[in-house]
Amino acid sequence: MRIYAAYNIKGGVGKTTTAVNLAYLAAESGLRTVLWDLDPQGAASFMFRIKPKVKGGGRAIISGKRPLDDAIKGTDFDNLDLIPADFTYRAMDLLLNADRASSADGGKSGGGTKSGEGAKSEDGTGSKSVRTLARLLATLAAEYDAVFLDCPPSVSLLSENVLYAADVILVPLIPTTLSVRTLEQLSDFVAGLKRRRPQILAFFSMVDRRKKLHREIMEKLSAERDEVTATVIPALSIIEATSVERSPVTVFAPGSSAAKAYRALWAEIRSRTQ
Amino acid sequence: MMTPGLSGFIADGGDPQVRDDPQAWEGTAAAVLEALAAEFEVVPERRTAAAAGDPRTTWLDTFDWRLHKAGLTLEYVPLRGGGELRLSGPAGPAGDGGGDVGAERGAAGAERGAGPGDAADQVTTQLVTGRPPSRPHPAASLPAGPVSARVAGLIAPRALVPVVTVAAPTAVYRLLNSDRKTVARLVVSRPTVIGSPRSVPLPPRLAVTEVRGYQGEARRAVRLISAVPGIRAAAEPLFAAALRALGRRPGDYSNKVGAQITAAMPAAAAAAAILLRLLDTIEANVVGVLADTDTEFLHDLRVGARRTRSALKLFGDALTGLTAEELAFFAAEFKWVGDLTTPVRDLDVHLLGFEETARALAAAKPDDLEPFRAYLEQRRRKEFRLLARGLRSARFAALTQEWRARLSEIQREHAPAARGTALRSGHPRKAAGGTAGLLAAERTRVSFSKVARRGAAITADSPAESLHDLRKRCKELRYALEFFAPLHDRAASANAVGDLKRLQDCLGDFQDTEIQIGEIRAIAAAMLAAGEAPAVTLLAMGEITAGLAARQRAARADFERRFAAFAGRDGQRRMSALLLGRYRTSADIRGV
Repeated sequence: MRIYAAYNIKGGVGKTTTAVNLAYLAAESGLRTVLWDLDPQGAASFMFRIKPKVKGGGRAIISGKRPLDDAIKGTDFDNLDLIPADFTYRAMDLLLNADRASSADGGKSGGGTKSGEGAKSEDGTGSKSVRTLARLLATLAAEYDAVFLDCPPSVSLLSENVLYAADVILVPLIPTTLSVRTLEQLSDFVAGLKRRRPQILAFFSMVDRRKKLHREIMEKLSAERDEVTATVIPALSIIEATSVERSPVTVFAPGSSAAKAYRALWAEIRSRTQ
Repeated sequence: MMTPGLSGFIADGGDPQVRDDPQAWEGTAAAVLEALAAEFEVVPERRTAAAAGDPRTTWLDTFDWRLHKAGLTLEYVPLRGGGELRLSGPAGPAGDGGGDVGAERGAAGAERGAGPGDAADQVTTQLVTGRPPSRPHPAASLPAGPVSARVAGLIAPRALVPVVTVAAPTAVYRLLNSDRKTVARLVVSRPTVIGSPRSVPLPPRLAVTEVRGYQGEARRAVRLISAVPGIRAAAEPLFAAALRALGRRPGDYSNKVGAQITAAMPAAAAAAAILLRLLDTIEANVVGVLADTDTEFLHDLRVGARRTRSALKLFGDALTGLTAEELAFFAAEFKWVGDLTTPVRDLDVHLLGFEETARALAAAKPDDLEPFRAYLEQRRRKEFRLLARGLRSARFAALTQEWRARLSEIQREHAPAARGTALRSGHPRKAAGGTAGLLAAERTRVSFSKVARRGAAITADSPAESLHDLRKRCKELRYALEFFAPLHDRAASANAVGDLKRLQDCLGDFQDTEIQIGEIRAIAAAMLAAGEAPAVTLLAMGEITAGLAARQRAARADFERRFAAFAGRDGQRRMSALLLGRYRTSADIRGV
């Protein structure tokens, strides 16, 4: 089972569209795939017409009271399931921290973790609260070949969990100076991890080749950084229509240049992560 | 669950009028869609290229239903450039899945009525290329994969043969909720059993398939469909329905005797029923033997012939209407059938155990034996031609026809009216003229006494022949117990047969190893004479005979213990209790 996370510290860069389309393409290629909508806004759930609601909320899943398996919903497509978002995910960091607190209860570890205390896990050794997501995902290993995580934009305990669990971090980048800075921040953070590091694959999204700045930044960054893919996702109105159609662009407009771009991106990701 | 499984409901237009009248069915189907429209938006599923292939399914099993007996169902679905094997049933032992997790998935809830244990059923799939399902797949030639890994051990040495093929043009509808999300699917199919001499249409079938996480909606769809007139829950899975259309049922072949007999029926009728069952077995296997589908067809045919001879010896006199000359004639003819099968079977035994024998070599290398294998295979081809000629001969055809006619005649003569006569006679002087119960008790008791007496006389100094003779008597007793098994208490019978089987295995090991040693020596001489025997091969063959001799000594040493377990005081008491169970009145007991 390979875990892909669509992640960027910055919002509005096309993470959900990426996760939805790539998960669909993975499923279409025969991989048994599940997409976990970790964003409390529930955009990925909305795209698949699935209610952003999980029985017992995020707490039941994180605490292990309900198996993750219970929350899974089938999409309209073969091989593709979804774990919906839930509004309680907005307090995900608290839930994850509470999980650490309850795991540490029993005293032998010497405590030191009090409810409300922030999680200090940047040492990358994978303290309990950082490993929670990985532990939950491990229960799906027999059933799925590919997991996609649609992550909310933030630097948080949840994002640390994502970085710990994922094999591949897919980073959509709008070719702007600020966006590029976030890639640097992410790369530095991952490089500082002591344990196995996820592979970072960044790709330009919402690209407008008529803009000089876009062209310049893409050219420069592609030359400087190996982790940037050759495939780019152009800024196309049909991609924005995804949320109107509530379906992957590769389904409702399979012949469109947007669909072709996502297919090319998936092919490149597969070949670079084999 | 990745791909939605059946939601546990199937309905069919079981009404023959609906089945045979396409217009009536179309009306029913329209009524179903209308009923569903009350709660769902119903839209036809867009067909993908992968789903649009030839909608045929061929079910595979061994001739003797080994998969079915293990609770498994194996389907072959052709796809472009090959096909997919789908195995469903209870999960196998841990680690038995071939290690390919990518091909295994849970399919919660199969069709209702598919048998017990649905909830625990698993579906394992494997893509195969090339080989069409219409040809048998020998266990050894199955392509590697999770399905093969699960079934190979179960079916060996048998081949997978096609049991039945169904073509089912299918329409799929998606049931949408108010968000236009697919929450269930309706699958409508019009299955037809493809076969010779003709194809048989089956009642149309409807199934609701679940989408994971939307079980409630699937259940609601099922409720709506159930209320439509002309629709009812299907009583059996498609496979069973298809077989029934051909006048068959799952598990309809077994090499067990299993004759329909009762203790009260006339002995002649029971004897004829048992012998007819044996004849059925012989005839059922002829086609498989001639096609050389797998070695077990010949084995079962051979056992059928041997049991027939044993039965004639044991209770041939009960077949009233057959003269002693006729009995002798049929006995001689079935001996001819047995002899006809012996050379090929002997070679099969060598070849079936070849890999294991080769692996067990200590000094010689497995490859040293290759000329030996080649020689065995060549001999088998030659002997097989003779066997096939015999089974295709007018003599064999006349034997089976005449035998069936005579047995059927006896069965007719002793049909229900004759049963009353036998019961009224009260104290039959001779079991052969009385009831099946008396016949069973008397003949089994005699057979057991022979085993007990001759076995007890065997000492450490007894010649090998006395053990060979005891083996024959044991075989007769075993057959007697099997022929009359329906009359005995099941548990008591199983107990007695279990101990007898272990004694037989011991005696079999003792004699078979001796025979095999003799055969290998003769083959070595023949290979040498033909200039086909490299020295290393002869040495390896020598090592095999040494191994066989060691096994023979071990069997001889084990004899006393095995015999005591079966025919010692406890064994005798158990046999008496088993046979006494057959007598209803003290008068009957005195009658024996």
